[in-house]
Amino acid sequence: MNPMPASYLWFIPLLPFAGFLINGTLGRRLPRAVVGTVALLSTALPAALTAWLWATMCAAGAPTSIESVFRPYGYEWIAITGFHADFAFTVDALTLIMLGVVTGVGFLIHIYSVGYMGHEEGYWRFFAYLNLFMFFMSVLVLAANFLLLFVGWEGVGLCSYLLIGFYFKKTSAANAGKKAFIVNRIGDFGFLLAMFLLIAHFGSLGFTQVFSAIAQHPEWQGAQFLTAIALLLVLGAAGKSAQIPLYIWLPDAMEGPTPVSALIHAATMVTAGVYMVARCHVLFNSSPAALSVVACIGAATALFAASIGMVQHDIKRVLAYSTISQLGYMFLACGVGAYAAGIFHLLTHSFFKALLFLAAGSVIHALSGEQDMRRMGGLRTRTPITFWTMSAGVFAIAGIPPFSGFFSKDEILYRTFTSPNPLHIVLWLIGLATAGMTSFYMFRLWFKTFFGEPRVGPHANAHHSIHESPWIMLLPLCILALLSVAGGWIGIPAALGGNNGIERFLGPVFAGPKFEVDTSVMTTYHDLELALAAISVLVALGGFYIAYVFYYEKPGTAAALAERNRRAYTLVKNKYWVDEFYSAFLITPLLMFTRGILELVFERGVVDGSGKAAGAATRGLAWLTRKQISGNIRSYAGWLAIGAAAVIAVMLFGNSLWGHL
Amino acid sequence: MVPTAYYLILAAMLFSIGIAAFLIKRNVITIFISIELMLNAVNLTFVAFAHMWHQVSGQIFVFFVMVVAAAEAAVGLAIILSIFRTRQTLNVDEIDLMKS
Repeated sequence: MNPMPASYLWFIPLLPFAGFLINGTLGRRLPRAVVGTVALLSTALPAALTAWLWATMCAAGAPTSIESVFRPYGYEWIAITGFHADFAFTVDALTLIMLGVVTGVGFLIHIYSVGYMGHEEGYWRFFAYLNLFMFFMSVLVLAANFLLLFVGWEGVGLCSYLLIGFYFKKTSAANAGKKAFIVNRIGDFGFLLAMFLLIAHFGSLGFTQVFSAIAQHPEWQGAQFLTAIALLLVLGAAGKSAQIPLYIWLPDAMEGPTPVSALIHAATMVTAGVYMVARCHVLFNSSPAALSVVACIGAATALFAASIGMVQHDIKRVLAYSTISQLGYMFLACGVGAYAAGIFHLLTHSFFKALLFLAAGSVIHALSGEQDMRRMGGLRTRTPITFWTMSAGVFAIAGIPPFSGFFSKDEILYRTFTSPNPLHIVLWLIGLATAGMTSFYMFRLWFKTFFGEPRVGPHANAHHSIHESPWIMLLPLCILALLSVAGGWIGIPAALGGNNGIERFLGPVFAGPKFEVDTSVMTTYHDLELALAAISVLVALGGFYIAYVFYYEKPGTAAALAERNRRAYTLVKNKYWVDEFYSAFLITPLLMFTRGILELVFERGVVDGSGKAAGAATRGLAWLTRKQISGNIRSYAGWLAIGAAAVIAVMLFGNSLWGHL
Repeated sequence: MVPTAYYLILAAMLFSIGIAAFLIKRNVITIFISIELMLNAVNLTFVAFAHMWHQVSGQIFVFFVMVVAAAEAAVGLAIILSIFRTRQTLNVDEIDLMKS
């Protein structure tokens, strides 16, 4: 196949943008079939282009990265003295993986949405936003500098806001959208400050320029300004990827339609933070302090979110906390320098979590909107395809071999264990505990949803209304299920007889001393890796067993246990009161400050006051001068005469008068 | 020979009468005539000073003023005529469209 010309890169974001323009402007008047076709075509073509790009980049002799700069008529995007930024795209192995996830999973979710949103009002609006999201997300992963990445970063945030608040007539959805936007703003603030620091220290925002500058100055290792930049970037990443302390928006984001949760809040947008950290690996590698922070944030978030996920009853909320927890894993991987493992988990997670969300959507669809797992059960026989596909996802995320999640999660745990980080054992233990909890809450979801007696409430009327979803929703489920099973096989570690393909593939991007593996110590490492894998599989099976006992064999055990540990249960059930804490210590004082001081003193006093004063002054002046405009010619004549007399008086007596002054 | 001051006093009186009429009278034509009166009072001072200083330029100014006054009369009378046609009155107190 011919190599893809670099200029074709521009079609990958522009086609979804064209879809957005068509659906956004004309969609209201177009029939649903046309809207759906436009949306599907504008995501299918970029997916095909991405496949072509993959073929081009993987061909023998292909360069490790290609770049395309957009300069219409030779104009740079931003050109001011001392600072230049180009509208430039770059593609390397990392971008290829991200692009594959974004366009591939994105396309599958678009197919699913055609079925899922079929009966919804605002069909055209949904697809317009979804296409806009695809545009910004492609820009984000293709960007060749921080500024363009930031454009995509903000754009996906906007689409996230629009789609969380898609059912804007519902107050909770509108509030969730605002929450997501505002919390992300805090992270974006950090990102912006990091960019200012980058401009101040490097005079450029291009990835190549910044990273090669760092590479050329080994003496900058551990420099304070690099740590500051890295920590500010981590703040941005924590906002976008829902990490402690900014994770609170993601559970509420489940107010959006389920395909949105799958695409934006599981597979693509929330992984942007991980992508950004991996993209800036040169920067992070030269700041061990910042890396440790990343690792600790990741491990803490993974454990924290997993514990909350264990007691949630809403099927989508369980998945939301699970997403936060898995993102914590990716952060942990990046934090211990195992960027390839983090990206590997990002890839497999995008398969199985998109699958889980879509399957959950199919369950919700089958039960006509019911999301509470206490009113599910026994769906195994009624929705068999959903059951089988979701099972693949559950086994994958729980880390049961040979499903995909096992390989990526194990890689992360192994890399954590062997990392030079002084806390590596603690981090590994946290990761292991999280793996057990993950397995528990996923099988809890699985048993409660698909096994046992149907517990559908009386309001969901007759049982025969429970139906399997249409094929257009099941097809993406099946494809994602296959990927969830087999997606991990590209990264089977050498210890298990694989060739660690993904790490080799990403090698040129993350090239560094870490990847020159010393073969002499390989065997001991293999034994260690096998032992660690065995432990994590045992932990996963333990989680499965506990869930089996609690929710299948002896239902009621969990409730009794919760009753005995009432305090701990209430604490976790209420999500550690973090929302309440933020509300009491941040939001309330802030609101009191803005309403009490800013609004009363500044807004009403200074802003309104100055406007009103200017108005009053003008009015007063007008009142004085208006008297002269009487419409009476003789009064005008009188003023004229007085004026002339005054001029003469000044001419006659002015000199002597001024002479005295 | 009549002293220059006499001419000036006469001119000042004419001018004052012009101003007084200009301010007091309500009829547009009367006001117009009072303007002419003021112009001619000024013309008188020009001539008086030209005579006093033995310079001809003052007299030439008078010709200019007369030409301008003639032009002004032509335009002014036309305006007065059209005002009368539209409003059926020449009372300036009733012509107050510009009143705020």
